[in-house]
Amino acid sequence: MSNKAIETAGSQQAVITNNEDIVLEVQDLVVHYVLKKSVVEAVNGVSFKLKKKRAIGLVGETGAGKTTTALAIMNLVPNPPGVIKNGKITVCGKDILSMKPHQLEKIRGKDISMIFQDPMTSLNPVMTVGDQIAESVRLHEHVGRKEAMDRAIEMLELVGIPGERAYDYPHQFSGGMKQRVVIAIALACNPSVLIADEPTTALDVTIQAQVLSMMNDLKEKCNTALVMITHDLGVVAKMCDEVAVLYAGSIVEYGTLEDVFNRTMHPYTEGLFNSLPKINNRHVPLKPIPGLMPDPTRLPPGCAFAERCRYATDACRAKKPELRRVSDTHTVACSRYDEPGFSIEGWRHG
Amino acid sequence: MSSNVKAQVAVSRQYEKENRTLAVWRRLRSNPGAVVGLIILAAMVLMMIYSFLFISYQDIYTINSKNRFAPPSSQHLFGTDESGRDLAKRIAYGSRYSLAVAFGAVAIGVIVGTFFGAIAGYFGGWVDNLIMRISDIMSSIPSTLLGMVIVTILGPNLLNLLIAVGVTNIAGFIRMARASVLTTKNNEYVEAARAIGMSEFRIIFTQVLPNSLSPLIVTATARMATSILAAAGLSFLGFGIAAPRPEWGALISGSRNFITYAPHLCTFPGLFIMLLAFACALLGDGLRDALDPKLKK
Amino acid sequence: MDKLLEVRNLKKYFKSPRGTVHAVDGVNFTIERGKTLGVVGESGCGKSTLGRCILRLIEPTEGEVIFEGENILEAKRKEMKKLRRDMQIIFQDPYSSINPRKTVLELIAEPIKFNKIIPNATELDIENRVLELMEVVGIDERLINAYPHELDGGRRQRIGIARALSLSPKFIVCDEPVSALDVSIQAQILNLLRDLQQSMGLTYMFITHDLSVVNYFADDIMVMYLGQVVEKAPSEELFENPMHPYTQALLSAILIPEVGANPDHIKLRGEVTSPIDPPDECRFAKRCNYVTEGCRKGTPPLLEVSPGHFVACHCIKPGGINTLKETVFDEPKEACPCPPVEKSESN
Repeated sequence: MSNKAIETAGSQQAVITNNEDIVLEVQDLVVHYVLKKSVVEAVNGVSFKLKKKRAIGLVGETGAGKTTTALAIMNLVPNPPGVIKNGKITVCGKDILSMKPHQLEKIRGKDISMIFQDPMTSLNPVMTVGDQIAESVRLHEHVGRKEAMDRAIEMLELVGIPGERAYDYPHQFSGGMKQRVVIAIALACNPSVLIADEPTTALDVTIQAQVLSMMNDLKEKCNTALVMITHDLGVVAKMCDEVAVLYAGSIVEYGTLEDVFNRTMHPYTEGLFNSLPKINNRHVPLKPIPGLMPDPTRLPPGCAFAERCRYATDACRAKKPELRRVSDTHTVACSRYDEPGFSIEGWRHG
Repeated sequence: MSSNVKAQVAVSRQYEKENRTLAVWRRLRSNPGAVVGLIILAAMVLMMIYSFLFISYQDIYTINSKNRFAPPSSQHLFGTDESGRDLAKRIAYGSRYSLAVAFGAVAIGVIVGTFFGAIAGYFGGWVDNLIMRISDIMSSIPSTLLGMVIVTILGPNLLNLLIAVGVTNIAGFIRMARASVLTTKNNEYVEAARAIGMSEFRIIFTQVLPNSLSPLIVTATARMATSILAAAGLSFLGFGIAAPRPEWGALISGSRNFITYAPHLCTFPGLFIMLLAFACALLGDGLRDALDPKLKK
Repeated sequence: MDKLLEVRNLKKYFKSPRGTVHAVDGVNFTIERGKTLGVVGESGCGKSTLGRCILRLIEPTEGEVIFEGENILEAKRKEMKKLRRDMQIIFQDPYSSINPRKTVLELIAEPIKFNKIIPNATELDIENRVLELMEVVGIDERLINAYPHELDGGRRQRIGIARALSLSPKFIVCDEPVSALDVSIQAQILNLLRDLQQSMGLTYMFITHDLSVVNYFADDIMVMYLGQVVEKAPSEELFENPMHPYTQALLSAILIPEVGANPDHIKLRGEVTSPIDPPDECRFAKRCNYVTEGCRKGTPPLLEVSPGHFVACHCIKPGGINTLKETVFDEPKEACPCPPVEKSESN
């Protein structure tokens, strides 16, 4: 097996590489929020692997557990009330969940970084942007002020902002530029993994395109692996090599971009695609998924999607489905695939 | 339910409505500070009711020269004063003044202050400017001096004391109501009310103010504490309820000359003033926490 | 053509310490009865302000809004109150657009009671009407006494729709009604709005930034930039044949949820310029890749370039005249998101 990933120009095909390249591995993560009278089962057994320079999309709607998973990877789940009940997370081979706070502080920003959705509140309004980037550099690399500032200016140029703006304050930048600054801070120490939680949701369409393009370039230049958390399947199509679809805290489908988009297997994923208007054919009717995501404090005993699923059977409602391997790269959590010859209708491509 | 068949009995009766007051009460009940405050306040009110029923003016007025400066005993719970009168009965009787001020002076502040503050916040522009400048002038006058002036002009009795302290409360409520309205009026449901044709005034009082209640309630309870202290202070200085009426501040004032050999005469009234103010403050804190629905999450 | 709404030269200016903000600057369009006009644009283009000006939730600075033949901007208070029954709005944020202290019943009953829709109504009459509306928009009967904080975004939005419908309007401005909702709920609400349009003969103005949604939902689409209309055409025509450089850039930036379907987008220089005291030139000139000298001379008028297709561009004229030529700039595009400096231009 070759170590190199084979890339075709413009497409994002995955090829099996060996384990040397794995920068992030999450195994059986379970996170609950323990409240006075109830327990929110936010994440229920999530596992995935991420290799260098690759991007994985964590797709799901509100309440699916994406942000909690991201916070857990950085061991930032607020405790109380969040409790990591189970799981192993390794970043560049280091076991995150067993680390002490001072060890974690060394890793955050250096090996793994995170950017959040709202650029307005992610930046400190009373520090210049240059100082904010330099602060991250000085924390992790023992360099002097001048050197750190030089690095900050370098990072700004890298994200497309002229260096002299390092002495400006966040309010002097527009939304898209603020998000670029946030990315500059996150990448300042060249982390191996960047977690981006809905980074472009608050931005305009044209600015979103710019920022995502830039993130793609940086991924290549800085050798960073990317965890892209989003509900937008268009963003996933542009940015990600692999996709994990989350529903009620569990992964229901996991595979390469082609697997999940072109060979969709899980009814929920199918439902998501059917809910989207097709830009190339406006007459395709929308087929929404009926009902709502279940209350995370009262998850049903069987498959969490069963009550909304048009293919559900009593067996589905009784027992939680296991992740079944459909191909080398593609797994689905649906019991109906036990039956030979079962398949979903699929969704109509625009 | 088919839209052709109209229900004869209100369907809404069949489904339970979440009782929000009950939810607030439950949250309040579980806050130890608030419970303590409530108990003290309730005890004071009971004391006042008792005094209306069982303590006559004669009881606290009649001079009994034989029993002067008696220390606390089983007969006289808090001792007697310089005229031989039972201190406990005088304190109980005096509770009506402090409670009246606590509620009355705050009521004046709430009603007048909230009305003008809401208008200032909602309309902005010159209305806002005018009201705020007047409010600034009012708050730049030291409250004690202002109180003294008002009592001097109007005369020393309970009502005028109420007004004096009440006026000093107005500016604070104007500012609070204005801030509250400023934040609430930008919510879209205000626009939604406009879209169905409601007038601006109606919107302020039916949509905006009810949603700005929590800071108002919390400020009100806090001002109860300060009003009690202000009234006691004014009476102490001689601008308010005068002797022989046993207002707690006046009691302390009257005992100044006898501190060394009859310390109980100023200690107990002072203790009661402190307890009542403390209870109001505790209750206010508890209410703030109980009313904040965000804590629910 | 049965014109329900005609807007002429609508302007809204705001005074700010730094100058006058031209939020809406001379907008013209008509909407036929029973149709949907989609209004798209990015932040700052004025689409939300436009929607509110049409309903007089914000008073326009200038212009005419002609609803069923009458200019509503001249209507007095009482008349306006009556007119409001015909023109309603659905808001974007289901979390802040309904009063958190009222139950579902009280919320939907409020417009009915306030406008005395049902003469001599008893509480029971009103409640029955509320139940009818709840059924139409798909809120379960058992939620009638629920408070908003107990409900999710989708249901809250349905409350907003029920309130709008309770007055039996003819025209509804939908201001990003599904942007704050999850994808699967979005589809539910869009289908609901579509069904209501057919069953009740409603006319919509659908404001959004999401181009795939507007393509699906609207008959005609109007693209706005910095307070002005730059292009207007029937949906299919706009997507097949976008003419204005901004529209082209906008459409190229859409991310399609299909593998390999997202080639590089058209890169624009700089970022949106300020709507404060804009100079008298094409508002898009500073960012346009085809900018010429002529673009600096006044705002281009909105002209019908082909049947039903309107464009506001100095270089595109009726009769197939299209003189757009890509301009060459010295520094690379998108290197710097600050106002660009053109060193050389070609005609």
